[in-house]
Amino acid sequence: MVSAVAPAASRRWRRPPVFIKSRFWRIAIYGGFFAYLVMALWSIDLDWTRIVQGLDRGQRFIEGFLTPDFTSRWRDIRQGMVESITMTVCASVVGILISIPIGIGAARNIAPWPVHAVCRSIIAISRAFQEIIIAILFVAMFGFGPFAGFLTLSFATIGFISKLLADDIEEVDEAQAEAIRATGAGWWQIVNYAIQPQVMPRLIGLSLYRVDINFRESSVIGIVGAGGIGATLNTSMERYDYDTAGAILILIIIFVMLAEYGSSHIRKRVQ
Amino acid sequence: MLEVDSLEKRYKTGDMALRGVSFTVAKGQVVGLIGPSGAGKSSLIRCINRLVEPTGGAIRLNGLDLTKLSGGNLRQARRRIGMIFQEYALVERLTVMENVLSGRLGYVPFWRSFFRRFPQADVDKAFQLLDRVGLQDHVDKRADALSGGQRQRVGIARALEQDPELLLVDEPTASLDPKTSRQIMRLICEVCRERDLPAIINIHDVVLAQMFVDRIIGLRAGAVVFDGPPTDLTDTVLTEIYGEEDWHAMRKTREEDAADESETKAFEAERLAELV
Amino acid sequence: MPIGPDAADKTWSKHTRRGEWMIWGGWFALAVVFVLSWQVMNERTIWAFVEDAPRQGADLLSRSWPPRWDYLGNLWQPLWDTLNMATLGTLLGTAMAVPLAFMAARNTSPSLLFLRPVALFIIVASRSINSLIWALLLVAIIGPGILAGIIAIALRSIGFVGKLLYESIEEIDETQVEAVRATGAGQLQLIDYAIVPQVLPAFVGMTIFRWDINIRESTILGLVGAGGIGLQLQGSLNTLAWSQVSVIFAVILLTVIVAEWVSSKVRRAII
Repeated sequence: MVSAVAPAASRRWRRPPVFIKSRFWRIAIYGGFFAYLVMALWSIDLDWTRIVQGLDRGQRFIEGFLTPDFTSRWRDIRQGMVESITMTVCASVVGILISIPIGIGAARNIAPWPVHAVCRSIIAISRAFQEIIIAILFVAMFGFGPFAGFLTLSFATIGFISKLLADDIEEVDEAQAEAIRATGAGWWQIVNYAIQPQVMPRLIGLSLYRVDINFRESSVIGIVGAGGIGATLNTSMERYDYDTAGAILILIIIFVMLAEYGSSHIRKRVQ
Repeated sequence: MLEVDSLEKRYKTGDMALRGVSFTVAKGQVVGLIGPSGAGKSSLIRCINRLVEPTGGAIRLNGLDLTKLSGGNLRQARRRIGMIFQEYALVERLTVMENVLSGRLGYVPFWRSFFRRFPQADVDKAFQLLDRVGLQDHVDKRADALSGGQRQRVGIARALEQDPELLLVDEPTASLDPKTSRQIMRLICEVCRERDLPAIINIHDVVLAQMFVDRIIGLRAGAVVFDGPPTDLTDTVLTEIYGEEDWHAMRKTREEDAADESETKAFEAERLAELV
Repeated sequence: MPIGPDAADKTWSKHTRRGEWMIWGGWFALAVVFVLSWQVMNERTIWAFVEDAPRQGADLLSRSWPPRWDYLGNLWQPLWDTLNMATLGTLLGTAMAVPLAFMAARNTSPSLLFLRPVALFIIVASRSINSLIWALLLVAIIGPGILAGIIAIALRSIGFVGKLLYESIEEIDETQVEAVRATGAGQLQLIDYAIVPQVLPAFVGMTIFRWDINIRESTILGLVGAGGIGLQLQGSLNTLAWSQVSVIFAVILLTVIVAEWVSSKVRRAII
């Protein structure tokens, strides 16, 4: 082999850092994180006797999951599932219907600023709190049962859909809106002809996705009294009835899978 | 020396990509492989390093039958065969140096490659190659920060870093402008002569091929229809390879690209199945 | 654009006759489902409570105001626990999600017939079940405390990170993989050199995003006994100490906002 280059002296090579280029910050950030980890791990207090006891229960739970008992509490399970599903349907429909005007109002490019500010604040409030916390408040106000759950999910849906819808509208192709405006169209016509076609497919996709999320959430807010399968699950855990709990979990998983499969199927057809 | 002996490839879709292709390439010889899209050029060079599994025939590199290898032996054989790709195929988010050093992956144990602690000899060689291809100032840049021509130079350095006994080159200039294309072709041919390295260059541009290579093999529908020096490549021969066309105004068209893509798709599907 | 049969007077409508019927039918079906769900859901709703809700709300508000700010002193330790649950849970979940994602991705799975479906099932199961439910189960099994919270967060994070990661592994550029394979690299080297660089930024991004979500989730895990600020919330709710509840809400809100800010900063710095 003939090399055209003069033989270079051995040059060392080290890989340049992937994320943080500055040596000082790299050491500070990684070091700080490591120190935090040590402290965090330190602060876990382990009760070994309790954990060893728990292993036995864990085994019983897994057995319960493998041999689920659908029959002995079937009435409760059915009631819980019906509540969950109806809550999901109602909250999705109502939530999405309310989201649309709020989403349009929250889009900076088509709404006047006072409307924009109000709508954005509604979105911020709805997104800041966990569903569970909202559910606690609604249960306190409206009493136990699926109605409080329905309100919770509707409220959460508004935050989710409005935000994404508003962001979408803000990103639409201005040229299309311009072209429609040039034909002398009014505000409603612009929304209808220039904005709607651009955001509609995404809106449908998001709505279906939200139905999914609502069902999943409907299975937990029952824990604080807002109806749905979560309440049934909570009761069965309190009774150490792991076979029923296993059955409920399996049902939840199956329903979520069905909802996900169904919504992705519909999304594909729509787009 | 590379001997290809009645090589066949049939895809699972039933498409016959290669129908008994035979030829030998001597040490230091640069062969241009031409032919219309779908003639099996890509399949042929990928059969040689077994990125595509041949369904029949034999490939011998310096006496070793590559078609019989598997597992560790196949990897050892692959590291002796350098490959340069159409769209550069650099790992975009790694640095230029890491891309070049990845040519040593077949030689070093996993822990060394994982901690990027390559033997100093490998690093020296990589620096030399980067000097040779004119990228000494871009060592620690990320590959996606380079221009097309520069990326292809990294691709060349990576292939040479393997200390190859054979170079496979797949459409090295397809995504480059005419001037850069010539520079890259010249560079490839020069390094082959420097190292007495045999090479097979799969190339669309017949004029470019005639300018640089020692020998041309013309492929049509998976069979060799021409094998000889570039000077023998007359219009009659070209018509036999490509069909009727005005040869002096040849341009790569969009349709060709599309057809090429469909060929690529066919073996990509198979590649996916065997990956990792 | 369907055109009427008589070329002389072309009529235009956006959809075909049949398509129009299908669309209206779909909306009608949705309306029927909604009304039915509404009726079933509200079978047991006591409307007197609902009518009473504004008064209840006002009552709650008056009881939570002014917040008992001196209660803040009791919240620092639980807040620290909450942060730790979220961070350690995210790390643990991510660590388990990575091998799972490689098993689930079609192009890296060692066994398409066996391991891939198993990995996909684990991911779906983890995603279907809310971290609060995981916490409910784990508190029953290993006892109350932040360990249950950490594991609950981890189990939920597996599905999230696992799904996003395996999807991004399936979307990588195969030519880069082919090029590295052509150098004679082994399987692990292939993953290290061709796959990891392609998915690393997305992976770090999704992990931090999940951490942000986990901060939110870990604030309420205490409701079922899994430690953190939720325990304080539970205690205050049980004693109807609404002036403490409002302090807790304020702290949670602030934490969530800070976490979101940190996460968006870091993600922007990486991508």
